[in-house]
Amino acid sequence: MQNIDNMPTFNLKINNETHTVEADMDTPLLWVLRDQIDLVGTKYGCGIGQCGACTVHVDGTATRSCLLQVSQAEGMNITTIEGLSEHGDHPVQQAWKEVDVPQCGYCQAGQIMTASAFLDKNPNPTETQIRNAMHGNICRCAAYNNIEEAVKVAAEKLS
Amino acid sequence: MATSKQMTFSRRSFLKSSALASGGMIIGFNLFNACKSDVKPSIDLSKLNYNDFNAFIKISPEGKVTIFAPNPEIGQGVKTSMPMLIAEELDVAWKDVYVVQGDLDTKNFTRQLAGGSQSIRLGWEPLRQTGATAKQMLVNAAAARWGVDASECNAKLGVITNANGETLGYGDVVSEAALLEVPENVTLKDSKDFTIIGQGKGNVDIDKIITGKPLFGLDYKEEGMLYATILRPPAFGQILDSFDAAAAKAIPGVIDVITIGEKAKAYIEDGPNSWTARFNDHEKVVVIANNTWNAIKGKKAIKATWKEESPLEDTALHDKKLNAILDGNTFSTMRSDGNVKKAFANADTVFERTYESPFLPHSCMEPMNFFASVTPDKVHLVGPTQTPAEAAKIVSKLLDRDIDDVHVEMTRMGGGFGRRLYNDFVCEAVEISNTIKKPVKMVSTREDDIATGIYRPAKKYRIAASLKEGEITGYHLKESNIDSNMYGLIPHFFPAGAIENYQVDTANYRSNISTGAWRAPYTNFLASAEQSFFDELAEEMGVDRIQLHMDLLDKAKNNPDPKIDYSPERLQGVLKLVVDKSNWGKAEEGVYQGLSVYYCHNTHVAEVADIVMENGLPLVKKVTCAVDCGVVVNPLGALNQIKGGIIDGIGHAMYSDFGFNNGIPQSNNFNTYQLIRMGQTPKVDVHFIESDMAPTGLGEPTLPPVGAAVANAIYKATGKRLRKQPYMSNMNVEETVLG
Repeated sequence: MQNIDNMPTFNLKINNETHTVEADMDTPLLWVLRDQIDLVGTKYGCGIGQCGACTVHVDGTATRSCLLQVSQAEGMNITTIEGLSEHGDHPVQQAWKEVDVPQCGYCQAGQIMTASAFLDKNPNPTETQIRNAMHGNICRCAAYNNIEEAVKVAAEKLS
Repeated sequence: MATSKQMTFSRRSFLKSSALASGGMIIGFNLFNACKSDVKPSIDLSKLNYNDFNAFIKISPEGKVTIFAPNPEIGQGVKTSMPMLIAEELDVAWKDVYVVQGDLDTKNFTRQLAGGSQSIRLGWEPLRQTGATAKQMLVNAAAARWGVDASECNAKLGVITNANGETLGYGDVVSEAALLEVPENVTLKDSKDFTIIGQGKGNVDIDKIITGKPLFGLDYKEEGMLYATILRPPAFGQILDSFDAAAAKAIPGVIDVITIGEKAKAYIEDGPNSWTARFNDHEKVVVIANNTWNAIKGKKAIKATWKEESPLEDTALHDKKLNAILDGNTFSTMRSDGNVKKAFANADTVFERTYESPFLPHSCMEPMNFFASVTPDKVHLVGPTQTPAEAAKIVSKLLDRDIDDVHVEMTRMGGGFGRRLYNDFVCEAVEISNTIKKPVKMVSTREDDIATGIYRPAKKYRIAASLKEGEITGYHLKESNIDSNMYGLIPHFFPAGAIENYQVDTANYRSNISTGAWRAPYTNFLASAEQSFFDELAEEMGVDRIQLHMDLLDKAKNNPDPKIDYSPERLQGVLKLVVDKSNWGKAEEGVYQGLSVYYCHNTHVAEVADIVMENGLPLVKKVTCAVDCGVVVNPLGALNQIKGGIIDGIGHAMYSDFGFNNGIPQSNNFNTYQLIRMGQTPKVDVHFIESDMAPTGLGEPTLPPVGAAVANAIYKATGKRLRKQPYMSNMNVEETVLG
């Protein structure tokens, strides 16, 4: 192993805790979260921002963590699925449970993070707005009817 | 009534129980095999013996029930629905049941896999027997304590009651029950007494899923574990010529660069023609790193040259080869009734159409990965596989190790769709760990996953019908496929038995592109072809589409051939139900409807797609689906499977295109390979046939028919017959009439 001691250090504010990590500056936040901070709820799906499985909140905005380099993430408030709520009871999480959304479940953390950031800004959305907001998140099992329903249920809880 | 039956086990050894040191009871059972008569489940829960038992129920003195679910979970819901069958007959409150994924490493088991939509169908009797037997043992223990006959006692929701109204909880008697003989005769409940089966039960992993807990193979970690990525040839037909790892090794965090492939090669050369080994029998460069990202970076930095081992193929070649097969005479006949040739010669008209579909990758959201730790003591494997027993078998052969050394732990899978039936990724992880003598997780990138996959092969169907005096006298289906052909009972599906002269022929072209099973193998496109053809045929004959189908099914009712695998009555049932529920023929203006009705994987399905035209393009707004799957074990899970199957089917029929150019896949990620997204999805409206027939699977059967429902609806909207998938890429293709 070479040069590992010379890696730059970054202070990241994740789920209201500061984590100091050593990583090459081009490392995507996704892999820092998963491999170094053990927050594996954020999923790898495509690595190019196309599927939404790696969605986290950066200063409240739904962001693809596979495209955000660790060096750019310093000083930002990062929330992952593990930090969305203390007891797994964010209205969106509750809605996901009530509707029993998942099949395989792999994409769902990303779906929940997209939905929660969207509803934060628009707690009373139309069906078209929901469909547009969720269009960037792929669900390969195609549990789309359930996802759409759960976003509506969550919106009712929030409004 | 099919759901209530006095069961007599042919072998006493079906179940074994042991008293737990902690005071509880563990019951081991083998789902699909009777286990050996001299074995007992381990009382050490960390050492559950999956060689003899592949599933367990643990009952604690507090009355809590833990069910170690036996089958791999790929999103089809068996981790919830299979324990429901046990809990129903055990008669405990579902909220008191805790479900744990069982480990698997069995040399004796027959069917601990996810595939073919068979888990529930095959588990229906034995799982309920297991629950009922455990309940009987608890009742017997309570009766012995009270000094009364067991027949005077009643058990419900975890509480046993005697004739005097005294009660004992399951936990109170579990230690005594564990010492009793396993009863040989148990009575299963009548379906009207079900309290769990038929009730919607949420996914047992829901809390972990919505809070991002580690569940999947890619989430697995172990102390000292390293990460590996593999550089595979960019084109099918190429193999490694040379490589330069200097730049990769200079990347911080990259630990080593090695090659693998020799083990698999030696295994192949030894004789066995294993698909799994075939994917691994050439040299591959592996980058070992301290984390995933550095392993990915290292892989990109390898400079490799490739040489041609076999000719590089492309889509145009496949097209030519598949057409040549259809025009030639290399077919094998899978079923032949009457004399198709004669019927065609005597016909007034012969109506013929050809339907085509492309290769498809599986696109599991969780890319292929596996953990392996090969040590002198054992081979420890953890990860997502649909066929854990096959994985253990091939690893033992690859490493020349006793199969008892190989231990497989299953993780929840981020999709399977058939891709995880093949254990090529397990072999890779094992060869890497065996070489570096360290625990390692092999991780595929999305690009690896899509561009070095095991694809649903491209295929074509040419279907012809002979018409005489307004009747269908003959039906001839030719399948032209890559690598393999339809198998088993598929040639005996509808319209076999409904048309006097009937023939199904198949032939294939052997390609160097790896192909395999993909959700609902063969039928996933065969249904589209067949059900589009009947739509066209009804129009050609000038008859009502529904009536044509009902009449054909009437004819099939009288066919005595036991190989005919579908029930004409049940197909008519779903057809009538979907007509009733879909507003068929009465759609509002601007809505165009298409119908499809199909049987596969033991389930009967009918679907109506409603489409509208938006900006000149079709959009599916709604699908009405009628399903006959017997008893609906878990309505929540069932609806999820049905709706998911339909939307998955629409996505791949309409949008997903995949081809090759000089052996190189034309797409390697979701920017160029399109999967269906929310804005393109219809609302799916599901209706079940009420039934007390034994349940059948739902992981696959709703996918195949929907392509035709969409194509038939698009025809009504545009007047254009779409015969080539994906439809959206082929909307402007000139209609080719080959009749």
